[in-house]
Amino acid sequence: MSALVVDRLTIAYGTTRAVDRLSFTAEQGEVLALLGPNGAGKTSTVEALEGYRPATEGSVRVLGLDPVADHARLVPQIGVMLQAGGVYPGIRPLEALELFAAFHATPHDPNALLERVGLTHVRRSTWRQLSGGEQQRLSLALALVGRPRVAFLDEPTASVDVQGRQLIRRLVRELAHEGVCVVLTTHDLDEAEKVADRVVIIDRGRLITQGTPNELMSAGGSREIRFGARPGLDTAALGKELMAAVDEVSPGEYLVAAEPSPANIATLTGWLADRDLPLADLRAGRQTLEDVFLRMTQITGEVPAVRVDPAPAPRSRRRRSGGRS
Amino acid sequence: MTDPTAVAAGRPGSGEASPARQRWAAQARVELVLTLRRGESVLLTFAIPVLLLAFFSFVDVLPTGTDDPVDFLFPGVLALAIMSTALVSVAIATGFERQMGVLKRLGATPLSRGQLLGAKTAAVVVIEALQIVVLVVEGLLLGFRFSGPAVGAALGAAVLATVAFAGLGLLMAGTLPALTTLAAANGVYLVLLLLSGMVIPLSELPAGLRQVAQALPSGALAEVFHGALGAGTVPGHAWVVLAAWALVAPAAAARWFRWE
Repeated sequence: MSALVVDRLTIAYGTTRAVDRLSFTAEQGEVLALLGPNGAGKTSTVEALEGYRPATEGSVRVLGLDPVADHARLVPQIGVMLQAGGVYPGIRPLEALELFAAFHATPHDPNALLERVGLTHVRRSTWRQLSGGEQQRLSLALALVGRPRVAFLDEPTASVDVQGRQLIRRLVRELAHEGVCVVLTTHDLDEAEKVADRVVIIDRGRLITQGTPNELMSAGGSREIRFGARPGLDTAALGKELMAAVDEVSPGEYLVAAEPSPANIATLTGWLADRDLPLADLRAGRQTLEDVFLRMTQITGEVPAVRVDPAPAPRSRRRRSGGRS
Repeated sequence: MTDPTAVAAGRPGSGEASPARQRWAAQARVELVLTLRRGESVLLTFAIPVLLLAFFSFVDVLPTGTDDPVDFLFPGVLALAIMSTALVSVAIATGFERQMGVLKRLGATPLSRGQLLGAKTAAVVVIEALQIVVLVVEGLLLGFRFSGPAVGAALGAAVLATVAFAGLGLLMAGTLPALTTLAAANGVYLVLLLLSGMVIPLSELPAGLRQVAQALPSGALAEVFHGALGAGTVPGHAWVVLAAWALVAPAAAARWFRWE
């Protein structure tokens, strides 16, 4: 039995369809990332799985149960991390963990879990005194303290610092390793790529594509080489050398329609070396999820509404990837 | 910090909830601790009644109509204390819990709505018991004499009033934005304080206002307390009013309360 089954789920608010005939499944021991821009319908989907809102059409099953009708039987088996809040402003971290632990028959030790998420140093603070990242870590701990079989994490690393992100990702991987099904939503492509076993990309409530990060990143991209160099290279001359079309898809970002074979790579780098042109980056065969996302949303014929996490210093590979103006 | 991998955060548990009583008790404990930790709640439920009782007992400016003002004020302030806890404190706390998503988050735990309400009730009852102890000690020190101590009637009225007030508080918290609830609860508190014969006798009010006051749960509670703990006579209409509010207010809250 799949840990969760979403079958042609539609959630409508008035005439707006926040989720539109969405179907996917997830298994025990699997991390599934629901990826999409803000407003894509990720939270609505997760809230239908958590039993907060009924499906307008279609159905969802979690551990074989209907989240609304079988609410009382399902809640002891799931852990929930809301996108924000959800905790008494005046409560201390350990008190909150002890409270949620008391709801379950076989919970984790609250003290040990508090240490595991690195919050022992703020044990005397109340929720409202915690930083955004500390609140997120406590929320995560609250989702895990009951030792769930399925964990729903809505934007778990939003407003979390780099160290916190790593901690949360490690915990998520550990959960999956122990057989928990983890569903997380994110609009951060990098996060989905790093932590998920399977990625479901949605936009405007509809399924765009799904697969493992590797499947998505290698699909359709095996017959091209992308590289970054000084803008305004003589693409005709280079194309002649490579016997393939070379396009400058955006200033300084080039796409070569040739197999990324060692011979072709050698020809390319040799041509650059002869002219003493520095190579900024080189990618062959594999795309980033961002490439996939852009390509897939373009295929649907709509303007892609990509909002990449406003990271303070994007890595060069992402900054240079093509297609974005 | 010890070995951070000491806890395997992943391993699933039995997938069962704890016994219902344990869930209820844990929630009740947290409700109680958090209420006593909130400064404005302690001010409202303990400081204001205690200060009102002491101040107007010493400073005899209110037209209490009794030889010793404490004889009128003690039952009235007791009624005020119950209103503070069951109506104002419940409304404000629940309003913010709703806005902050606390109620939503609890909705995805094995704590049922009934257990949550039961826990809130238990916390209110404990706070009221503490208030009564504090105020009875203060009243006796100030010279209050139980002349017609029908304690059973007073307790019965306290229970009915608590149900009615908590119903009204939850109705406000479950339908209005948190800040509106905060303002409305404090406004209602002030109006009911003046209009309920708690510190100003109903006989001092204009006739029309007096009838309104007698139809409110706060006025009816004060009438029962004054009769049961002091003068010895409880008007029958006060019981009818209390019972009616105790039925209607929770029913309205159950009907219109929105969790998000």
